[in-house]
Amino acid sequence: MSDTNDIYQKDSIFPPPLVSGKHDFHSITETICGVVEKPFNINWLLAIGFSSTFLLMLGASIGYLFWEGTGIWGLNNPVGWGWAIVNFVFWVGIGHAGTLISAVLFLFRQKWRTAINRFAEAMTIFAVICALVFPGIHVGRVWAAYWMLPIPNQMAMWPNFRSPLLWDVFAVSTYFTVSLLFWYVGLVPDLATLRDRAKNKIAFWAYGILSLGWRGANRHWQNYERAYMLLAGLATPLVLSVHTIVSFDFAVSVIPGWHTTIFPPYFVAGAIFSGFAMVLTLAIPCRKLFGLEDFITLRHIENMNKVILVTGTLVGYAYAMEFFIAWYSGAPYEGFAFINRAFGPYWWAYLTMVSCNVISPQFFWSKRLRTNLTVTFILSIFVNIGMWFERFVITMSLHRDFLPSSWDYYTPTIFDVSLLLGSFGLFFTLFILFLKFLPAVAISEVKGVMPQADPHWEGYAQKEAH
Amino acid sequence: MSEIKKNWGVLAEFANPAELLNAAQKLNDLGYKKFETWSPFPIHGMDDAMGLSGSKVPWLTLGGGLTGLSIGLLLQWWTGAVDYPLVIGGKPYFAWQYALPVTFELSILLSAFGTVFGMFALNLMPRPYHPLDNIPAFKRVTDDKFFLSIEVSDPLFDMEKTKTLLSELGGTDVTSVEE
Repeated sequence: MSDTNDIYQKDSIFPPPLVSGKHDFHSITETICGVVEKPFNINWLLAIGFSSTFLLMLGASIGYLFWEGTGIWGLNNPVGWGWAIVNFVFWVGIGHAGTLISAVLFLFRQKWRTAINRFAEAMTIFAVICALVFPGIHVGRVWAAYWMLPIPNQMAMWPNFRSPLLWDVFAVSTYFTVSLLFWYVGLVPDLATLRDRAKNKIAFWAYGILSLGWRGANRHWQNYERAYMLLAGLATPLVLSVHTIVSFDFAVSVIPGWHTTIFPPYFVAGAIFSGFAMVLTLAIPCRKLFGLEDFITLRHIENMNKVILVTGTLVGYAYAMEFFIAWYSGAPYEGFAFINRAFGPYWWAYLTMVSCNVISPQFFWSKRLRTNLTVTFILSIFVNIGMWFERFVITMSLHRDFLPSSWDYYTPTIFDVSLLLGSFGLFFTLFILFLKFLPAVAISEVKGVMPQADPHWEGYAQKEAH
Repeated sequence: MSEIKKNWGVLAEFANPAELLNAAQKLNDLGYKKFETWSPFPIHGMDDAMGLSGSKVPWLTLGGGLTGLSIGLLLQWWTGAVDYPLVIGGKPYFAWQYALPVTFELSILLSAFGTVFGMFALNLMPRPYHPLDNIPAFKRVTDDKFFLSIEVSDPLFDMEKTKTLLSELGGTDVTSVEE
């Protein structure tokens, strides 16, 4: 017991270093670029083969969907919104942790973010790509998908800007574009590092063009740092607005169980919760496979588990408050929607959601459990499952609407399942390609948080004194 | 076949961020203007040591944001109330309340464009060729080396004197750079 107390005290007075092991600037470059520069190994090829099989499945399912129409899904009359919206909200939510790590933690000067931000931002972009697939394919007549944008068309009509679905188009496409720019700006100095180390012509030209001729001039760093800070400042309100607007898709409608004011903050907390879980699901195997344990340390993993504990508890509070308000409002349809969620035909989905999202993060109160990699990995998978079920439970509120004669039960078809699994194929294919061709840890930023990077570091002062 | 090449300036290597900062401070004190430091990461305090004024990027962010704000409001007002007035639920053709989400998103989007493209423009990027690319050792600047360069166009520049000065400040491998 006294040992644990000592660790707590030591941690709070002298936090463990951000980069462990004996590293200097050159060894950081070597370790992180080494992952990219090594030839393809068999594990990587197996991984890309496996994930691209699922990607192929996504392509085939989308092709069949375009040929046949949305009737291949399990949609029925009260449940007009099925897995497409569930998957869309799930993937957008996953993305939010990346922006939170890269932008919000940057503004709060949380230097520990540097090891995981590149990684998390990549996750954001790939998750948003997966999310964008679903609204793109769910419209039925895909050749008219451009009606979602204010583009002149043969009807001489414009989109209805009062519709939350249109707000969603603007929110998610802005989110994707800004996340991509933020990620790219962060990558430029590291792409220059890869360019200067390139051994063959293709790598030299590819990294050379992408790095835009970055050479590390201080006048450039000055503008770069300012731009990076401003982007972080822009991305912070953006990320909050995006999931708020996604929640408007539900909350602005007049469906019992959806038309609630708690939705925006509750959706944002849930998004951060699921996103951090996904970062852990990806980071724990990757740091092992690519030997990045010195950069993504136990301290990083513990910090992320703390965020999961906080946001998971917030989500639990929102579940409780929804129930309370449903009863307190005295509206019979509202009350019925919630009783039906927990005890109706979908009780099993509600139970999965509550046990994965509210109960499983509570294990992280214990320091031993939140610094245990196996436990963290398993719980992060539980959170991912739970957050998918949260969106499923919300969407399935539709299955018992106002008229009992129209009640029905939504059963997914094989194409619902193949599109969901296929979207994971798309996500992991992009992620595995990223790990091989781009630096998975922000090289210049990690160098910048080393003690040697500070011109007033005590090591330099001693040398001068001699 | 000898091609006459113009001198671009001189380049010196420094051992660590502290020495680079110190040298930049001295050059600024002596009145040099057209000198630049090169490092694998931004060095804290270097902007002041070099005597640089603030970055202009925030103005471009503001410009982008105001453009996005205006486009957002004008687009929704013109399409909904002027070009094709559409009665939806008997509500007014235009109201700023419903226009907020799209206006907000467009303001953020164009602010980000202003910031990123403005930053690259201020840095005169993309820049495929630079005289310093002729120095093989300079490749390590994106890895772990620190450099300082002074251009010929600086009024105080004198090939021999400037080279000696850089050595005195702790610079090693002082070389002249051709264009």
